[in-house]
Amino acid sequence: MRAALIIARRELDGYFATPVAYVFIVIFLVLQGTLTFNAGDFFGRGQADLVPFFNFLPWVFLLLVPAISMRLWAEERRLGTIELLLTLPVTEGQAVVGKFLAAWAFCIIALALTFPFVITVNILGSPDNGVIACGYLGGVLISGAFLAVGAATSAMTKNQVIAFVLGVAISFVFALSAYPVVTDFLDRNLPVLAEIARGFSVIERFQYFAQGLIRVPDLVFFASFIGFWLFVNAVVVDHSKAG
Amino acid sequence: MAALIEIAGLTKRFGGFTAVDDVSFRLDKGEVLGFLGPNGAGKTTTMRMLAGFVTPSAGTAAIAGHDVMEAPVAARRVLGFLPEGAPTYPEMTVIGFLRFVARIRGYAGAALARRVEDAVGLTQLESVRLQTVETLSKGFKRRVGLAQALLHDPPVLVLDEPTDGLDPNQKHEVRTLIRRMAPEKAIVISTHLLEEVDAVCTRAIIIAAGRVVADDTPAGLAARDPDGRLEEVFRAITVPASLKRAA
Repeated sequence: MRAALIIARRELDGYFATPVAYVFIVIFLVLQGTLTFNAGDFFGRGQADLVPFFNFLPWVFLLLVPAISMRLWAEERRLGTIELLLTLPVTEGQAVVGKFLAAWAFCIIALALTFPFVITVNILGSPDNGVIACGYLGGVLISGAFLAVGAATSAMTKNQVIAFVLGVAISFVFALSAYPVVTDFLDRNLPVLAEIARGFSVIERFQYFAQGLIRVPDLVFFASFIGFWLFVNAVVVDHSKAG
Repeated sequence: MAALIEIAGLTKRFGGFTAVDDVSFRLDKGEVLGFLGPNGAGKTTTMRMLAGFVTPSAGTAAIAGHDVMEAPVAARRVLGFLPEGAPTYPEMTVIGFLRFVARIRGYAGAALARRVEDAVGLTQLESVRLQTVETLSKGFKRRVGLAQALLHDPPVLVLDEPTDGLDPNQKHEVRTLIRRMAPEKAIVISTHLLEEVDAVCTRAIIIAAGRVVADDTPAGLAARDPDGRLEEVFRAITVPASLKRAA
């Protein structure tokens, strides 16, 4: 764990050593703010809660989170530093976990910077802050899920654009799997799979958190989902060594 | 005493192409091995397998008794490795990068500071310590890579082209450094510079088309040419082997 944390810290410093971090945070806050206030009709609804904020959050994450994870491995492979990293006395698992933790910490920082929304609703009314806290927990988990996918796709290529597009595409499948476009099709043709697909929907599970529900199956789902993709990540990294 | 580096039957195939073909050697403390061969002969792949970055198709490699496949972390702990091209993180400062490597290698506090200072001193990086790596010249970048490999004073050093991109003065300094460390360590360096073999190596292995074609002292190799010229010996040994693979 110690080695993973050292790698995580280097990686996190790396985000802030380049403009990547600031560009990301600004775009994220602007996008999230515009969608919540304008598209979500935050003021017109006349309700003191963050429902519009949490409705848009997963979709904004779907688009932006793979931009954080895309550099994790692709950049190392392009620069050749992966040879340095993997010949230091660390296991591949530690490197995979360390990089993921850095990206996750970065997402949590970006998410924490949306605190003015919380202040705003608390000034305008008396929202249920427990529900808001649950929503944030859901936001942390869904960003972790998208990051784990993106980290694995990043390990598959030395091209960051490919890593990004693959990351968005795979995350999109899991985001959409409970939506009528997928479930109606499956209900008609493969009813067995419809229920399974619904179970894999990261957005449906996120919505329980946004409603203030912390359900054990959802926690287990997110933990397994992240664990599975980190495992894929480690396998891909190991495979690249076999040439 | 057990050999510090022990390679037996090491082979690497990429698809149908055999990059390294049944390479075996052992290296004891005090030896400096010059690893020679034309481009594409398999030098870098052999060194990568030794460092645990490429998985061998067959054969074994061990560093100070630790098998690189069975106990990779233990093997890497006693190894200082300079990868080809000396890659480093461009956005980090020299000191920041060396501190990162030192932390990964388990140092903390005063020991960490001393290790980093020693490595900076040995490779003469004082003047650029707070610069980011991307702003450095090729020679400085190479020395940052070297500093990283020397930082933990490992008993085994594997350096892929340590003097590539250095000017003649810097080359001289790095060779002096290698000679000074030689009695306490087992060192492998790959190089294209035959004069380097003469200058620092106690032993030379020439590989061509993935196979070891000569394993001798530099003087022994030179003696194979009537005029004692290493260059002619190198050509005579490697050209036929390369032609054979092309055919």
